[in-house]
Amino acid sequence: KIMAGKVKWVTDIEKSVLINNFEKRGWIQVAENEDWNFYWMSVQTIRNVFSVETGYRLSDDQIVNHFPNHYELTRKDLMVKNIKRYRKELEKEGSPLAEKDENGKYIYLDFVPVTFMLPADYNLFVEEFRKNPSSTWIMKPCGKAQGKGIFLINKLSQIKKWSRDSKTSSFVSQSSKEAYVISLYINNPLLIGGKKFDLRLYVLVSTYRPLRCYMYKLGFCRFCTVKYTPSTSELDNMFVHLTNVAIQKHGDDYNHIHGGKWTVSNLRLYLESTRGKEVTNKLFDEIHWIIVQSLKAVAPVMNNDKHCFECYGYDIIIDDKLKPWLIEVNASPSLTSSTANDRILKYNLINDTLNIAVPNGEIPDCKWNKSPPKEVLGNYEVLYDEEMAQSDGPDRDLRSRPGQSTGVKGNRARDSGKPVLTTWK
Amino acid sequence: VLAEQDSAAAQQYVRQGCPTALRADLWALILNISNQPEDILYYEQLKSNVIQHDLLVDSLIYKDVKLTASNDDYYFVFEDYLYQVLLCFSRDTSVLEHFTYSSATPPKSYIRGKLGMEEYAVFYPPNGVIPFHGFSMYVAPLCFLYHEPSKLYQIFREMYVRFFFRLHSISSHPSGIVSLCLLFETLLQTHLPQLFYHLREIGAQPLRISFKWMVRAFSGYLATDQLLLLWDRILGYNSLEILAVLAAAVFAFRAVNLMEVTSLAAAEAVLADLSTLKVMPLLQIFLFATVT
Repeated sequence: KIMAGKVKWVTDIEKSVLINNFEKRGWIQVAENEDWNFYWMSVQTIRNVFSVETGYRLSDDQIVNHFPNHYELTRKDLMVKNIKRYRKELEKEGSPLAEKDENGKYIYLDFVPVTFMLPADYNLFVEEFRKNPSSTWIMKPCGKAQGKGIFLINKLSQIKKWSRDSKTSSFVSQSSKEAYVISLYINNPLLIGGKKFDLRLYVLVSTYRPLRCYMYKLGFCRFCTVKYTPSTSELDNMFVHLTNVAIQKHGDDYNHIHGGKWTVSNLRLYLESTRGKEVTNKLFDEIHWIIVQSLKAVAPVMNNDKHCFECYGYDIIIDDKLKPWLIEVNASPSLTSSTANDRILKYNLINDTLNIAVPNGEIPDCKWNKSPPKEVLGNYEVLYDEEMAQSDGPDRDLRSRPGQSTGVKGNRARDSGKPVLTTWK
Repeated sequence: VLAEQDSAAAQQYVRQGCPTALRADLWALILNISNQPEDILYYEQLKSNVIQHDLLVDSLIYKDVKLTASNDDYYFVFEDYLYQVLLCFSRDTSVLEHFTYSSATPPKSYIRGKLGMEEYAVFYPPNGVIPFHGFSMYVAPLCFLYHEPSKLYQIFREMYVRFFFRLHSISSHPSGIVSLCLLFETLLQTHLPQLFYHLREIGAQPLRISFKWMVRAFSGYLATDQLLLLWDRILGYNSLEILAVLAAAVFAFRAVNLMEVTSLAAAEAVLADLSTLKVMPLLQIFLFATVT
């Protein structure tokens, strides 16, 4: 029974963009141990809420902002594992999506750089490394964020201590915190103005089964303050290679007016002007595609708890052939504002997210169908709606539907005469 | 038009605005920039001049870029390209040719102790153009179109010697800044006499606000996509008059709010942010709408 009254909220993240949004809706702040309807929690807290020991049982009028096992997508090693599993499954089914080219690379599903877990896959990694001994690899701790603990290597000796056989390794840690992933470093990123950048896109998932996700139209590019060079002498200079604002903020040239950020529309204008419209459209189609594929990959293993929604921060790098690569997905994208524009963007992001996740700003009922009307989307647009996609016939002219992702056209371009490419919109 | 490589046709075409993907090529066609090997060589030569010796104006360029483009949401990315282009530009003596049709004269510098003796005079800087605050904003929008430095350079140089130089030199030319100021004031006074009178009464002379827009050809004030649509017309009609018309159109658009202000500061505030304006509808309303 839904009680009339204001939504009671709790948060353990003291950020004004959140709190201002709650207050403007007239919601009431309560403490964690009281009756609450909406809890915007950190990833540490979500672990407790759904942990077996503390056994929280959420009621129908309670919503939280994370899925219980979001780490299947947001931990670097699990994301890669799930995507690899997904690809193998599609291959087994004989799905056209899993088609490979003459070099054995997936044509449509090769969007994560070659990655290995350390120390588990150390030997496999060495094999791959030796095929291209001049390549650079990037080491990332599985459980950290904001660029912490990341470093680049181009010699096996630099990661000796992750070798499983190493007798000198005092590194016999069972703790998942010390696990690392090592990925082929994209040393040919698309440069603009000579600078490297990555894309931060926000994606809201309201349900995994059926998959319903929204893309925030106002993503941004994060530029490094220093000119990019693949030169080995600069491998240690994190200002050249890592685009995390947390790192760039401490560089000499960091600017507090624009914060080294560009809107996605600037990127689009630049690419259309310098590269042409078709390749730009294709790039954005592919970006939408890889986001949806990553979500489909984890959908089967996600705990699709009806009390949950999640707003992810997707990090994508574009290489100089205009191919997008999925670097990682963040469960708790930063809500800190580095500039005035940033503050406005994040405020609106939360606003639009709440409008979708908590309909009408009223006390929620988790039994609702999670299908918000188009008017409340704000700056979000539907990225993929599995339910809607399945109710369409495959031969319906999808181009005529407004507000759909342009992934349709991209998919058709890929659909090289193969029958029934299961609805990518 | 592009297939035919017809420069005159391109000029006609861009009057309606360019599709983003074709703009770079169309402008290059209109400006006659083909980036031949000799052009690239010339640019490389300029770059080596930059490396070989410093000029005092280099400091002005650094300062200008740091103060303007580096703080701009759209252009900060291209900081390095701006330095490159402007440092080369200062050393490019071919720019001196434009003084034959400009009413300005390049500044001269004399060898020490030989002041006034023409045999010991050189033009300074080598291109005869002393950069000023905001100068780099002439180059910045072009960085969205040309990512190859030598082409970017040539396009900018041509834009400068055809158009931009008129915005900072005194002349009677219809596209010169003096004529633009006059045009702006005339348009405003003719079509919005009440507003014009009101602003003058409160000490907020309209030209004081619009001057900076016109001198910079609106670069840094409009969103880049809108700015490029505006510059399409400059190229298409081979005239800068549209800058004065747009300035008046902006005042017309915000007339209601402007009528209510009572100080220069308040008027400036109403007109501080042009980043959301759409150039073409604004111009069309101002030029063609029958209701005043």
